Amino acid sequence: MVRILSFGTSLTDRWHMRALHEKNLRTFLADVICWNLRGSIGFQLFRLVLLGCMGMGVYAYSFQARYGLSVTGMNDIVSWGFYISNFTFLVGVAAAAVMLILPAYVFHDPDFHRVVIIGEGVAVGALVMCLSFILVDLGGPLQAWHLIPVIGIFNFPSSILAWDVVVLNGYLLLNALVPAYILYSHYRGRPADERKYRPFVFLSIFWAFSIHMVTAFLYQGLPARPFWNNPLMGPRFLASAFAAGPALITLILAIIHSATTYSIDRSVFSKLRLIIVISAIINLIMLFSEVFKEFYFPTHHSSSAMYLFFGMDGHNSLVPWIWTSVGVNVLATLVLAFNPGKSNPKVLLPACLFLFVAIWMEKGIGLIVPGLIPSPLGEVVDYLPTWVELSVTLGIFALGITIVTWLIRAALIIEQEYVGY
Amino acid sequence: MSSEKSDSKKKGCASFLDEKSSRRAFLKGLSIAAAAGSAALTTGCIPPAAAMGSEELQLRWQEFFKKNYRLMTQEEKDATVARLERLAKLHNNLDVQVSSEPPLENVLYGYAFNITRCEGFMECVAACVKENNLDRKTHTQYIRIFEMEPGQLDPGTGDGQYFHEVPVENKFYMGTQCFHCENAPCTKACPTRATWREPDGIVVVDYDWCIGCRYCQAACPYYGRRFNWGQAEVPPEEVTTRQHYLGNRLRPKGKMEKCTFCIQRTRKGRLPACVEACPTGARVFGNLLDPESEIRWVLKNKKVFRWKEELGTDPKFWYFID
Repeated sequence: MVRILSFGTSLTDRWHMRALHEKNLRTFLADVICWNLRGSIGFQLFRLVLLGCMGMGVYAYSFQARYGLSVTGMNDIVSWGFYISNFTFLVGVAAAAVMLILPAYVFHDPDFHRVVIIGEGVAVGALVMCLSFILVDLGGPLQAWHLIPVIGIFNFPSSILAWDVVVLNGYLLLNALVPAYILYSHYRGRPADERKYRPFVFLSIFWAFSIHMVTAFLYQGLPARPFWNNPLMGPRFLASAFAAGPALITLILAIIHSATTYSIDRSVFSKLRLIIVISAIINLIMLFSEVFKEFYFPTHHSSSAMYLFFGMDGHNSLVPWIWTSVGVNVLATLVLAFNPGKSNPKVLLPACLFLFVAIWMEKGIGLIVPGLIPSPLGEVVDYLPTWVELSVTLGIFALGITIVTWLIRAALIIEQEYVGY
Repeated sequence: MSSEKSDSKKKGCASFLDEKSSRRAFLKGLSIAAAAGSAALTTGCIPPAAAMGSEELQLRWQEFFKKNYRLMTQEEKDATVARLERLAKLHNNLDVQVSSEPPLENVLYGYAFNITRCEGFMECVAACVKENNLDRKTHTQYIRIFEMEPGQLDPGTGDGQYFHEVPVENKFYMGTQCFHCENAPCTKACPTRATWREPDGIVVVDYDWCIGCRYCQAACPYYGRRFNWGQAEVPPEEVTTRQHYLGNRLRPKGKMEKCTFCIQRTRKGRLPACVEACPTGARVFGNLLDPESEIRWVLKNKKVFRWKEELGTDPKFWYFID
């Protein structure tokens, strides 16, 4: 299975070598594009499938552009749905890059130094997906320029959404420019000047926490929605992100390890496992704390949780969803914690995958939709995404995966060449 | 057209599989997919472009770049009003008058709802739908009436879906709408300041500045806001043509809207449509700054309360019992 994604026998053997003095920014960009257009048949097929998914997304979005958001499953009660759910979850994935950046740059862990660039690539892909989800969720995407300071009006600092725009774009910039500078230096065969990028690395560590806290505050700051208006929201966002994000990065590293010549040290995987386990356990403790508060003495404010976990007035579409998520989450956490396969990747990798999916289920739909149900007027409805929402989401995920593979492929070729230089 | 598109796509894939030179086929597939994608997007995004006359296109172009209503000078307001009136004529063949009437001096609107008197006829709802050009397709209504059991005082616990003869013995009725909070969570949430509270207390939306993110809708604890999920449909003969820029003018799709205390009427000294339509006199509207007004009399002499007082939103909407 993994072999399909193979980059070819070796990353560098097909690389048309350029002399050092020929290398400049123009050849850098040209080479990055060139390397990405090459690859084995399987790899090309993979790319084509992604392209097809993106085409599907564009086609589905054309309906939304023509008929408005009425082609989605959302309505005045459930006014945020699948798009915002995925956005919320992916902010976490983006923030999780800090779990590689922190040990690599601050503690100078050599193993992490080798993989930090991959984490940053994942962050960039996740952020592009986040911003795309926001854009497709807008009723008036053509008016999005109203958000841009100076030419539009930016309701800063009053609106938390304005804060979110700042932190997401800032984090995208940091996570794109620092690796770009390092890679470009390595491309030109010289070490990157740490004094130049170190301040930005520290800024990005602070920023990673802020993107997730601010996104949590988006919901946490609404007294109208008791389910969200909960001080645990921000910390819990971080804990779940630092479990789901590194789980995804583990899977990506495993694919890179087996499909390319860029080998990843075993110790990276075991350190990542430690991060995942600790975060997942903290996440579960906080979940337990929330559930206790909602159900030990249920009040008026517990109705959303009641709807989510047990259904209400005959509406219970999320009940199997959330129980599946919680069950899988607990199981995957136990497997990762007790490591029954003695670090056998055939046990740990599926556990990472299941943990990732479980957190996606819970922190996406499982968080956003019940927050809006019942409505402030006590009305209960069910929400189901339509094919348009599903297709657009698929397209955006394909876009994100494409960006991640493009970035990682270029990064690995440059890094391998630089080390061997 | 779409079958042609998928055919060419299939061909692209087929040749890609046949030939071993994968790179060329890959690029070919890429260009075909990109072309198909952009074709789908443009035909989707700008369907009326072909049907539009050059005048309409020009007006829409100018409308696209206009400012937030609050930053416009009176000349700019007049210009956009003229454009909107002309566009209504061109697009829907409607003769509308769009006003940009500013708030009246020394006026702060307030509303009181007599839960003893209301009998749940919903005349107010019908009048509101008609006056404010609300979407008939999705049955949008700003006002909701809840049938309440004795002992309840929270509209959220009432029945908002009742469909039977009213009034029912031993039940009472409570209406909800936008409560025009002084400390409004919705205006605080808006990332573009497309919604705000006017000096006369009316919380309004600049439909053309709104980007449709719906954060205000999530922030509202009273379910006071409605979104244009699709293009609103109002039969041309039923359109209320006396309109206000911030009020009942026809809304574009993808924008937020809400009760404006019938800004197009109240700023001309008239009562909101719901108050005028109420057959039982359960609705009281007036100027809170005028000591002689009926609303002031109600606030002084009746036992009044507000919904979700604990949130500190300071609504300008009171319930009272005779």
